[in-house]
Amino acid sequence: MNAEIHAMKTPAEQALSAAYEGARATLPGKGGIASLRADAFRQFEIRGLPHRRVEEWKYTDLRALMRDAYPIAPPPDAAAKARAKKAADILAGVECRRLVFVDGVFVPELSDLAPEVGLTIGSLAEALANSGKLGDALAAEHVGKTFATDDAAVALNTALMGDGAVIRIAKGAEIKRPIHLVFAAGTDKPSSVFIRSLVVVGEGAKATIIEDHDSGNAQVNTALELSVGDEAQVEYFKLTRARALHVASLLASIGARAVFNSFAFTSEASVVRNQNFIRFAGEGTHGGIRGVNLLRGKEHVDTTLLIEHAAGHCESRELFKSVLDDSAHGVFQGKIVVKPHAQKTDAKMMTRALLLSDEAEADNKPELEIFADDVVCGHGATTSAPDEGLKFYLMSRGIHEKEAEALLIQAFIGEAIEEISNETIREALMFAARKWLGAGG
Amino acid sequence: MSLLEVKNLHVEIDGKKILNGLDLSVEQGQVAAIMGPNGSGKSTLAYVLAGKPGYEVTEGDVKLDGESVLEMGPDERAAKGVFLAFQYPVEVPGVATMTFLRTALNAQRKTRGQPEVSTPDFMKIVRDTASHLGISQDMLRRAVNVGFSGGEKKRNEILQMAVLQPRLAVLDETDSGLDIDALKIVADGVNRLRSPERAMVVITHYQRLLNYIVPDVVHVMAKGKVVRTGGKELALELEAKGYAQYAGEAA
Repeated sequence: MNAEIHAMKTPAEQALSAAYEGARATLPGKGGIASLRADAFRQFEIRGLPHRRVEEWKYTDLRALMRDAYPIAPPPDAAAKARAKKAADILAGVECRRLVFVDGVFVPELSDLAPEVGLTIGSLAEALANSGKLGDALAAEHVGKTFATDDAAVALNTALMGDGAVIRIAKGAEIKRPIHLVFAAGTDKPSSVFIRSLVVVGEGAKATIIEDHDSGNAQVNTALELSVGDEAQVEYFKLTRARALHVASLLASIGARAVFNSFAFTSEASVVRNQNFIRFAGEGTHGGIRGVNLLRGKEHVDTTLLIEHAAGHCESRELFKSVLDDSAHGVFQGKIVVKPHAQKTDAKMMTRALLLSDEAEADNKPELEIFADDVVCGHGATTSAPDEGLKFYLMSRGIHEKEAEALLIQAFIGEAIEEISNETIREALMFAARKWLGAGG
Repeated sequence: MSLLEVKNLHVEIDGKKILNGLDLSVEQGQVAAIMGPNGSGKSTLAYVLAGKPGYEVTEGDVKLDGESVLEMGPDERAAKGVFLAFQYPVEVPGVATMTFLRTALNAQRKTRGQPEVSTPDFMKIVRDTASHLGISQDMLRRAVNVGFSGGEKKRNEILQMAVLQPRLAVLDETDSGLDIDALKIVADGVNRLRSPERAMVVITHYQRLLNYIVPDVVHVMAKGKVVRTGGKELALELEAKGYAQYAGEAA
């Protein structure tokens, strides 16, 4: 076994080991949870930080990108909470139920905890701490079980998970307002935050879940386990802004005859990795996995999908659009796996990058692994400069060149944003995109 | 002075000569039809008038109200009153038709040193025109041309034209891809815009459109220049005899 442990640890890996050793005794959850953490950390130590020779992490070499691992953020004090409260909110105009987490820690006094039939809200730290007792078996039941993966970032998250949301939506419940999980930065000091959330949506329930991260200067490793019951309808959003390093994992299992739409919106992102592990576990489900990335400067955003069609008669649509300016780097790795019995699967994946500068770089790696014989699967990838024909059309109407360029970028990402069914969220994201365009000068 | 004056226009694309000494005058208030076989340079003329990049003018001039427009960008020409109804209107996802119209109108007004149009005035202009063209409120809210049928896209071009009120409207094969009902709606929209202050250049391959938009004058293009000019009866003659007789000219 020892042979597998790579002997030379990087400073970041050493710091992570020290962080785990130091926090082990105080991290929430004893017994089964503690051994889950220990196993996960062992997994992580065997692999180390993912690097370019690990195929799934080829373009986002964490070993090179993480010169150091910052100390785990302390619980937020009043000043941190006050700062988080003032942070800009892309969804300010959208009527939501806000649940606020500062430096990864749930802050009830900043959250809307008004009771609603069919909705249970809690904190993961609390759920883990109580998991040994009667009444809160949820954490023990679900943590780490939604989508099994040996991914090193997920393992590290499991080992060090501090807090996060635990949301349960009862069978048949229709949650009217979107649930807006606001993960705000309270401290400005370099620190690391490990967030783990659990969302369990019961059969036939309807809900919109928004994971909204403004990670500030922290190194954030966040994971969300989402379990969607049969015939449920879930709209899931992930908004990301990060000035340091942000690694996020969605681990999702979708039931039969369900509708699941996800949308990732990333802007102002230094280094971001959004990895999605999504299993269509029941027949007849419709899924839409989409997103928009807006990058400039030296920003780097990696969207990695593993879409597993484990049951037949499901339809999935993947569409990701990236706008890359300056020397930004956009990565898209999309893998669709169709299991042997998942007949009549209909999956289409498309990724498009718009390069606004000669130095910008887009890497696209679509993969299909099909083990069933009666399926329709396809993928496409394009990388291009702004569409001169469209620009001419706009200018021929009297629109000035700069405005025409902004509109054509808007049109480019609009194709993805238009797919969002919630009108107020769609408009808020379009507005955020226009703001980003305006900031480009 | 003619509203549009094209003199000895020579145009190349990627070194290939498309227009070959074209002369054309269009008077204020006039509707001029331009007909001609495929490859005669009709669409190139439309694009050159609107200022599409990539078309190199090697000789000659294009004047609007006596002023050369060749050094002007497409947006400046639009502000001067040039409008091109595209043969293949472009989709603009993420930009609502209403927003697009307003952005365009105000951009033109700004270039001309005029104040922005007020919201109630703007809404009134759009609503009145849209109803004539059978364009629903839903279409106005939707992204420009996204999910529109061929006929809806052409109607949207005419809506833009009506809102922008150009001095010179160039309609590039506006009839292509339209069934007879859609053609009538579009032609009716164009006819409403006929005015003594405005000139129109209607480019078409077929005579059919000219039954509905009756031209004052018909020009025939072949091999990059105007080879014949006549009244509206010329269109009928072309329909009967075809373009074969012009194949040898201007060679």
